[in-house]
Amino acid sequence: MRTIPLAIIGAGPAGMAAAATAARYGLKPVLFDEQPAPGGQIYRALESTPLRRPELLGEDYWHGKSLVQALRDGAIDYRPGHTVWQLNRDGEVGLLAGDRAELIRAERIVLATGAQERPFPIPGWTLPGVMGAGAAQVLLKTSGVAAQAPLVLAGSGPLLYLVAAQYSRAGAAVAAILETTPRENFRHAAGHIGGAVKGWRYLRKGLSLLKELKRAGIRHEHQVTELHAEGNGRLQHVRWRTAARPDVWQQCDATTLLLHHGVVPNVQMTRALGGEHDWSEAQLCWCPRRDSLGRSDIEGFFIAGDGGGIGGAKSAALQGELAALAALASLDLLDDVALHRETAPRHRALASELAIRPFLDALYRPGDRWRRPADEVIVCRCEEVSAGEVRRVAKLGCSGPNQMKSFTRCGMGPCQGRLCGLTVSEILAEETGQSIEQTGYYRLRPPFKPITLGQMASAADGTDYGQRQQQGSTAVVTEKASS
Amino acid sequence: MFAYLKQPDARETVTIEFEGRALAVREGDTVAAALLASGVDIFRSTPVSESPRGPWCMMGGCFDCLLEIDGVPNRQGCQITVSEGMTVIRQQGARRISP
Amino acid sequence: MKPRALVVGGGLHGACAAMHLASSGFDVTVIEKQYAGRHASGVNAGGVRRLGRHPAEIPLAVAALERWQRLEALIGDNGGFHACGQIKVAENVDEMTALEARAAQVRELGFDHEILLSRAELRRRVPAIASHCVGALACDGDGAADPYRTLTAWRRRSQRKGARWLEGVRVTNIETIRSEGWRLWTDHSDFRCLEGDWLINCAGGWAGELSQWLGERVELEPRALMMTITERISPFLVPVIGAAGRALSFKQRENGTVMIGGGLFGSIDTDGESSKVNFRRLAKNIESALALFPFMRETKIIRNWTGIEGVTIDGLPVLGNSARYDRLIHSFGYSAHGFQLSAITGEIVRDLACEREPKLPITPFAIQRFDTPRSTARAGHAT
Repeated sequence: MRTIPLAIIGAGPAGMAAAATAARYGLKPVLFDEQPAPGGQIYRALESTPLRRPELLGEDYWHGKSLVQALRDGAIDYRPGHTVWQLNRDGEVGLLAGDRAELIRAERIVLATGAQERPFPIPGWTLPGVMGAGAAQVLLKTSGVAAQAPLVLAGSGPLLYLVAAQYSRAGAAVAAILETTPRENFRHAAGHIGGAVKGWRYLRKGLSLLKELKRAGIRHEHQVTELHAEGNGRLQHVRWRTAARPDVWQQCDATTLLLHHGVVPNVQMTRALGGEHDWSEAQLCWCPRRDSLGRSDIEGFFIAGDGGGIGGAKSAALQGELAALAALASLDLLDDVALHRETAPRHRALASELAIRPFLDALYRPGDRWRRPADEVIVCRCEEVSAGEVRRVAKLGCSGPNQMKSFTRCGMGPCQGRLCGLTVSEILAEETGQSIEQTGYYRLRPPFKPITLGQMASAADGTDYGQRQQQGSTAVVTEKASS
Repeated sequence: MFAYLKQPDARETVTIEFEGRALAVREGDTVAAALLASGVDIFRSTPVSESPRGPWCMMGGCFDCLLEIDGVPNRQGCQITVSEGMTVIRQQGARRISP
Repeated sequence: MKPRALVVGGGLHGACAAMHLASSGFDVTVIEKQYAGRHASGVNAGGVRRLGRHPAEIPLAVAALERWQRLEALIGDNGGFHACGQIKVAENVDEMTALEARAAQVRELGFDHEILLSRAELRRRVPAIASHCVGALACDGDGAADPYRTLTAWRRRSQRKGARWLEGVRVTNIETIRSEGWRLWTDHSDFRCLEGDWLINCAGGWAGELSQWLGERVELEPRALMMTITERISPFLVPVIGAAGRALSFKQRENGTVMIGGGLFGSIDTDGESSKVNFRRLAKNIESALALFPFMRETKIIRNWTGIEGVTIDGLPVLGNSARYDRLIHSFGYSAHGFQLSAITGEIVRDLACEREPKLPITPFAIQRFDTPRSTARAGHAT
């Protein structure tokens, strides 16, 4: 098995910055990314987007340019189109490129696998036409594709406003924004106003987005308390109620509904590795344990960016640099003095980047009803398991997500719990009266992404990375048959 | 429903076949983006209840954009780039196989 | 006062023993260090198989199948059991000859459950099988069930009969009380010390360690069974498929997913409490499956996982009284083929605890077979 000194997984801001930093110290890192082009989700399609008017996607998007360019100068072994389907504590990395699966080993691994949108289970969220707001962003950035009227956006958080603004700049009509931010969030957020003042640039950006939406005359409903997506076979209309008019169901035709309740770390790999995860009550998500340099509790593994806790693109890049420095130091390519010299200014910059987070986390915290939906709502999209079914098995004495999986298949479909894991942990914790830490999360299993039997069999031959030969089926030593 | 903000001109497009219908789509797009831009919103029916689904996340996580592409079922439409002459059909229920 | 039984291990054999003991008037406590069915009991391939059993296990397997057939009446749930049959495929003439000899051997022992299938009959029953396969040995009436559901049914019934289950409680030491009973020390502050008249060792992958504490020698290793499950595909297969020349267990479940197992082992983590897939070895297992069902090359794997099981050096379980202590009964070491037997082993444990002669022959499973100079006993030395 080929061994490489440093593998970085994910070519978003954290992964790209980590790679550039390692390369600066003369180490040629291998950067694996599932996508065909660099940028992660935030800077997605930066080199190829058909939307070349800079103001359309906004300056924050184009900020990623220098990171992307650094991948192209040859100092980094950048491998797009490489899906990592397996990782273990020994540093074994299972890769899939095209139809070929292979196993390599890395001495140090930086996980920069980013974030995903928080599950947003409401009645009808499985209907075609209902999507994550992040999906709409991907379509806009990569293909210049936008939803047609009538379009409704619902949820809360900066990305929701950004999508609405980008749409309106591009001339696409937004029928309504249904804001789910509960009233008490404003009071709780006010307690963190000090941080917001320190992060005044973000605050100003947010306010100017809101102003832009107001100027564009987009209908903006506040304190939505209930939301249903409805239609026969596809989305046809959206119904909602607000705190101000709790008795009145309002309705709006819609062929697209974009939902957003912020993003949460993508923990598929850190979970599968069996690292410790802590529940962040502020961000309502699991965060893999890491220190200030991104060192995880698993030897040889480093975590950078939103995959370790949500901080945004700029802090992700800083964390990528820190993790790369820590990895270099652990490989004796950087001494303690140099490590301190390099990390100190980055820690200061990171603290300033993150200053506004407590304010944003408090302001855009999704209310309980959105995270623990009513019984009839589907929580597991793959296996179509409802919240009521999860509650039912909890009453049967099933106290954790892994036992529940065996009863209901919830979380056992191809998405491997990405879209139900948080919801299930929260519902079970509520039903059993346990804390969410006691309740825990799915034990995740490789492959992280489905791989075909044929591809898996191709990993059997054990030839070295890049030196594969075609080989027929191998004789198998008979062992004792199992049940 | 989705559409291109600016219709790509002929030099930028490739032709794929969706459910027997020829679609001119932007070269370099993913199959999911190309179908959405062509007005397709239903990609598959689920194996459990055969209810209709379309893409949810567009970043490879949700597996709701599964399609049968060039004869291979259950492929993620948002992770595969279109190519000239590609044939795509909806994924209906559990994947079919022919022993 | 009721006799008290302490069952160590909340897997299938522990649950089944607990149910029968509780039904027979014992005050039962099951002590499980994680949760019921955490390892091999909850995640095995679910094969309900008499086919291909070691001759010593055949009487138990035959009796167990009878229990499986009326499991619903016994414990209120059938565990998802389907009598879809089991088939062991021969891929060449030599393998077929071996299967024919096996069939003759089973008949000589007085059993008639294993039957030979011609190439044509195999293809009729399994149209999807690769064309090179020449025939098979089959066992109608065998089948498959859901491990976790089965375990849960046994556990719940045992609880209804009064058994107490302590999950998340680890036994840290064992001592005897005046050679009349047992005292278990645990790591849990609420159950620091548990006392009982009978001790039942159903500790699976950890049973060897427990036996060692008690000064009883067994040659048993914890091993991590590897499993693969695919996406749902349209129905193509009814029976459970094995192979004469390969380590393989292959079946399509009702929901369309295909489960591939087969006694290939992964690696156990250094903490001994978890295990992981060895993908190079797993890839061999997948090659085996593809050799028999080549059309599945494009089918996607959804999950792989492992479950820890105790495997003895001779592949036979340890079931019977202790050689060293009164009121100590062993039931472990089922060596990756104990799922089917779990329907009967609890009755045997109960008979032993009631000091009755079990109705089935268990001499081949006696712990004495490992006898050599005894290792140092830890029993009696509480920390």
